[in-house]
Amino acid sequence: MNAKIRKIAVNIEETHQEMGRKIDPATRKAVAVAVIENPFANSYQEDLSPLMDIGAELGALLGRKCIEALGITPEQAESYGKSAMVGENGELEHAAAVLHPKMGAPLRKEVEKGAALVPSSKKMGSPGQVLDVPLGHKDAAYVRSHFDGIEVRLNDAPRANEIMVAIAVTDSGRPLPRVGGLTHTDATGKDGLR
Amino acid sequence: MSKLNLRKTAYSFEEIFHEGGPAPANPLRRAAALAIIENPFAGRYEPDIQWFMEDLKPLGLQMATRLVELLGGADHIEGYGKGAMVGEAGELEHGALWHAPGGYAMRELLNDSNAIVPSSKKVAGVGGRLDVPITHINASYVRSHFDSMEVGLNDAPKANEMALVLVMSTGPRIHDRAGGLAAKDIKGEDGLR
Repeated sequence: MNAKIRKIAVNIEETHQEMGRKIDPATRKAVAVAVIENPFANSYQEDLSPLMDIGAELGALLGRKCIEALGITPEQAESYGKSAMVGENGELEHAAAVLHPKMGAPLRKEVEKGAALVPSSKKMGSPGQVLDVPLGHKDAAYVRSHFDGIEVRLNDAPRANEIMVAIAVTDSGRPLPRVGGLTHTDATGKDGLR
Repeated sequence: MSKLNLRKTAYSFEEIFHEGGPAPANPLRRAAALAIIENPFAGRYEPDIQWFMEDLKPLGLQMATRLVELLGGADHIEGYGKGAMVGEAGELEHGALWHAPGGYAMRELLNDSNAIVPSSKKVAGVGGRLDVPITHINASYVRSHFDSMEVGLNDAPKANEMALVLVMSTGPRIHDRAGGLAAKDIKGEDGLR
């Protein structure tokens, strides 16, 4: 493991009712977050490939943590997302290096298939700040019922020399979807869009 | 009939490997369970509220059982705590109903848990955060196990809801070195030392 991990946190949310209506089975979302040392804090580094390798490791590790937390098989995952928050001695580009070049393929192995782009967000931040992780359907980005998000924050991270890296996975869409669009059952999931 | 009306459950699980010092062989693990329920007393003063504790008992047991599973079994658990956040249409006193069902649910599942379960409670709005204290399950004075865990959800507690919380941990603070009574030296008779 190239990443120097200080802590890992996993949150699970289960919604049993919304606006007084029973949701059965409950919709469930998980988000797994790793707090890692930023190897490039306080210095400009042209070559960010070590962070890209860390992204690959965390794609597998955090994806698996979410699947385990939900207690599902990989093919039961329905949507996913990824985010990073860089502590103040780092650079926004460090988040991009972790998230974009290499994280996707190992994450997709954990959730099976994953034809769709993994939606993402990134920001600079400090301990206790909120990171909103966007969620989208894993095989067909246009599935409207699965556009969602999950918030994650840790009171002690990211410290100035750290990066918080998060992956979210669900086994369901929003609790009461009724704004139309492409549905989970009608998606073909071949081109990642529909 | 039970007045328990559950909207949401949430679980947080943390593994702490180090905090800048030497990483111990085993990481510290902490877990929290949150239940968002309707407050049956919201919006009015109700003199008789204690009956609701009965309805909370099965919920407490369900939450405690899940925490024990998340942390790998009762034998691993060394610290605990509990808390409540009451939505704005409720009263701090409603949160106090969680003391008995929350605390006894955990102690029922954990061996040698003679210590009082530390707690915090407050009235809060949606997105409110609660720092839930943690102490050793068998001797409150064990200094290495004084800790806490921050919990909260962006969509709770609504005005007529309560967020009920249980927390468990597997050991001392990750770089514990502030002295005091050590877990290995406790007598475990009075819940204190």
